[in-house]
Amino acid sequence: MSTDLVLLAVLMGAATYPSRALPLLAPGMHRLPARVQEYLRLVGPAILATLAAVNVMVAIDADRNPSFHVGIEWLAVGACVVLVAARRGLLVGTVVAALIAALARSTGLA
Amino acid sequence: MTVAEASDPVRASRRRLVLDGMGIIATAGGFGLVYGLAARAAGFSPIEAGGMSVIVFAGAAQFAAVGYVLGGFSWLGVVLLTAFLNARHLLYAAALAPYLADRPRPLRALMAHLLTDEAFALSIAHFRRIGRADLWGYWWAAIVTTFIPWNIATLAGATLGGQIPDPSRYGLDVIFPAAMAGLAVGLVTGRRELVAALAGAIVGVAVGLASDPAAGILAGGLIGPLLGLLTPAGRGDHRQEAQIVFTPTLDDPSREHEHP
Repeated sequence: MSTDLVLLAVLMGAATYPSRALPLLAPGMHRLPARVQEYLRLVGPAILATLAAVNVMVAIDADRNPSFHVGIEWLAVGACVVLVAARRGLLVGTVVAALIAALARSTGLA
Repeated sequence: MTVAEASDPVRASRRRLVLDGMGIIATAGGFGLVYGLAARAAGFSPIEAGGMSVIVFAGAAQFAAVGYVLGGFSWLGVVLLTAFLNARHLLYAAALAPYLADRPRPLRALMAHLLTDEAFALSIAHFRRIGRADLWGYWWAAIVTTFIPWNIATLAGATLGGQIPDPSRYGLDVIFPAAMAGLAVGLVTGRRELVAALAGAIVGVAVGLASDPAAGILAGGLIGPLLGLLTPAGRGDHRQEAQIVFTPTLDDPSREHEHP
């Protein structure tokens, strides 16, 4: 069984680890100015919303060219957002989102 | 919420963490399986596919690597693109750092390896609900809901190969964006968070369309909070960073019930 690409995995891991570790290991991160801490507090909602939006709205073709995507995924994710906002819980929201997408695809609507 | 949970916010928040994590387990399992299948189809052996899931442990970069290997990219190119794709982890780690500052350095070094989109999303929401760090919560988010299902599913996909139907038929592909959007909603507690989230999404999509989705995610994560910061705080906004205290939880169970 080939193991050649394990070395590539090690190199990829070495390229990834600093971005994960540096802010956690650098001294003084907990003594940042209040303005910086407020900025970092806003990173959570911003990057999670960005991940969701980019995942649903930006499609990539085989040549890695991006294009704007409109599809049933919008409705599915929107339903999840509404359910979480209505305090129905993330689990219910994600299950409903998956059901909407699966149903639309199985019936040929998407 | 039961009376016991109302009097013990940590327990209530952990319960919510576990429930929220169920959707993430499904995501990690579904995508791990697809990754394993894709890697196998691209010629990776189960050891190579599994090794990448343990060592790199970053879904988007791993999927991209499959494409790069298949496309004959140089290893240097793959490594540089991996670093770029995963640069957003800097933001996650920086946001978690104030909560984890009093933890031993080797422990933080280990936590860093397990930091993913999902681990960040679940743990930052949990930490903010209780106003401090909770190691149990971090390990649950990082290992139980993400690392274990991702790696088991990778091995299953790479080993079994073949005839597993397209997961998108079952809507599994929308679970990840739905979970991220739902967790973002949970973090919006005021006007600034709302502006940061909406601005981040708009900037992210715009930059993603203009260049590359990875650049879009990074741009949205950087510019969204900046615009949120420029927004005047609403009257009811919580300034939760002021509530952060650094008390042990699992390390010292006798202090579990101390809250700010």
